[in-house]
Amino acid sequence: MQITSPAFKENSRQALSDAQLQKALGNVRSGFIDKRQNSIDALPEFDALRDSARAIKDHTLAHLDLYLESYEEKVKKAGGYVHWAETAADARNIILEICRSAGARTVTKGKSMITEEIGLNEFLEKEGVRPVETDLGEYIIQLRGEHPSHIIAPAVHLTQEQVEADFRRVHDHLPVARDLSEPESLLAEARRVLRYRYFQADVGITGANFLVAETGSSIIVTNEGNGDLTQILPRVHVVVASIEKILPTLEDVGQILRVLARSATGQDMSVYTTVSTGPRRPGDPDGPEEYHVVLVDNGRSSMLGTEFQDMLRCIRCGACMNHCPVYHAVGGHAYGWVYPGPMGAVLTPSLVGVEKAGHLPNASTFCGRCESVCPMRIPLPKMMRHWREREFSRGLNPATQRYGLRAWAMVAKRPKLYRFATSIGIPLLSFFKGRKGSFHYLPLAGGWTRHRELPAPEGRTFMQQWRDRDVRKQEAVA
Amino acid sequence: MSGREAILNKVRAAIGASPDDTARARIVKKRLAKPPLGVIPARGQLPEKDRIALFCQMAAKVSASVERVKKPGDVPKAVAAYLRSRNLPASVRMGVDERLEAMSWKSLKSLEVKHGPADADDEVGVSHAVAGVAETGTVVLHSGAANPTTVNFLPEHHIVVVDAKDIAGDLETAFAGIRQTFGKGMMPRTVNLVTGPSRSGDIQQKLLLGAHGPRALHLIVVDGG
Repeated sequence: MQITSPAFKENSRQALSDAQLQKALGNVRSGFIDKRQNSIDALPEFDALRDSARAIKDHTLAHLDLYLESYEEKVKKAGGYVHWAETAADARNIILEICRSAGARTVTKGKSMITEEIGLNEFLEKEGVRPVETDLGEYIIQLRGEHPSHIIAPAVHLTQEQVEADFRRVHDHLPVARDLSEPESLLAEARRVLRYRYFQADVGITGANFLVAETGSSIIVTNEGNGDLTQILPRVHVVVASIEKILPTLEDVGQILRVLARSATGQDMSVYTTVSTGPRRPGDPDGPEEYHVVLVDNGRSSMLGTEFQDMLRCIRCGACMNHCPVYHAVGGHAYGWVYPGPMGAVLTPSLVGVEKAGHLPNASTFCGRCESVCPMRIPLPKMMRHWREREFSRGLNPATQRYGLRAWAMVAKRPKLYRFATSIGIPLLSFFKGRKGSFHYLPLAGGWTRHRELPAPEGRTFMQQWRDRDVRKQEAVA
Repeated sequence: MSGREAILNKVRAAIGASPDDTARARIVKKRLAKPPLGVIPARGQLPEKDRIALFCQMAAKVSASVERVKKPGDVPKAVAAYLRSRNLPASVRMGVDERLEAMSWKSLKSLEVKHGPADADDEVGVSHAVAGVAETGTVVLHSGAANPTTVNFLPEHHIVVVDAKDIAGDLETAFAGIRQTFGKGMMPRTVNLVTGPSRSGDIQQKLLLGAHGPRALHLIVVDGG
């Protein structure tokens, strides 16, 4: 997909004045947070499980090559194929080749962020293979020619009225007078329409929440059941997964499952956790005849061993964006690529380059909620800071900002100069503050005062007040 | 150089490992052979009676309906009663699972039992679980010659029979059971962990039951199974 991250500021401005979007984003602010908290309150071991989950991923990343090799061996033993894709283009071509040799004209798809990342749908369509998204949210945005605005709730930016309008536009074979005023009727219609697509498809493509080295299995975690119909009805099942999805054993899966659903939707366990290993076995009455796994690197190996390695622990639960004040305000599309919110602010520069995505790690108040809710304890604010440092050291941010920061650093590193400057500046600002005690306009601070008032200082610097406090204390003792 | 070698080389270079590092290989081999158990929540670690009660309670919490019967022979009658109570046609789809086969379906003359994988028109599927998980109200099913996976997903109503003695406190015990059946590191084509009926929150975050999988999940717990 086209990257609009460089236009983050413009995207945000548009998002803030989009009334429909703001209405839809209200659902994020109200829905996810309480549900997560309730499910965690009911599990005293939650924090211990987070520590356990983090340790498992750290161990796995430190032995990633070996676990990938064990995994591959097990998949082959179960009769499946493993394909290795260094880049997004490699992955697309491998998948197309599988579709071609299956004679596929239609493929159904379970929800998968990695296939968004590699731009699979556009590519398959161009090559004459029709991809059909089957997750309800993904189906809706596919009808609209959009991309997900949230990693687990792809259509969270839309209102029910918008979905109804899209269904009426696209499902034009159905009676015009039908009642679609309730979400239930919209869901029922999508279910009916998609039901027959599952049977029509030659290939089913899913992602994977986990790959298991011990057994050669891929695991998907879903609520709708579409991922399962996608992988059991067509003749060929293709799993697309990035290399860091691997876990050593089923016990490790158990640990991470317990923090995944709770962090994502506040469920103790998602409805369907499905463990798939190879193609159907001799005697099996159903299931795919071929099973392929496409292991995608696409930039992950370059994060290993760097200050961004911890990001590879991410299990894509979405808790960071559900708790992010910036995401709440602008939604996911403003971030301009596949991954929005705090995890996107760290991952996007790693995958597409900080020169394109430099705005994203800057779009943070550093309130720290993302890190405090991350089930994998990923230090997201710290990594955003690392991106800001890299951006600065490579001279990528605007000249005014660079000179401003340099001037600030020059003064801040010299306490005497700093105190001298503030002892003049503070009383001066205090003198001009007017009756309200704040500024509507201030030269050089227009970026602030355009949107809100700047509180004026009270007239004395912190250091001056601190000295006075000491003096008063001594007087009190005396 | 193949994609495989390129990726593995990059990974090794990044973590500073050489391909013939036997110490690392030993660590991995040991962990795969003897996985550490991790943190097991106390919630499901209960004596049998309480464990079964917790399973029923957790399953109901995720909108499954649950009933308990005394012996396997009671299951066909319970299924027929479920169909009547929901105004469903007297027809069910199932595999040829030996535990289901041993039940007296023929004694119910009006009930049609279709065997084999499900198709798009089946309204009710019946499966036998290999385990239950009390901690979350989950049932564990796996594919095989006698157990088509389509029965778990295509019908609108899914009835799952689970023996009370197979209800474990935690997921790990259920996984251990599968390992015992298939051998260490071996798996059937599909293992389904099912926790409640299918649902979606994709339209305005409103949770609705019956997305693509079954709209209703009915669990029959067999006490003397």
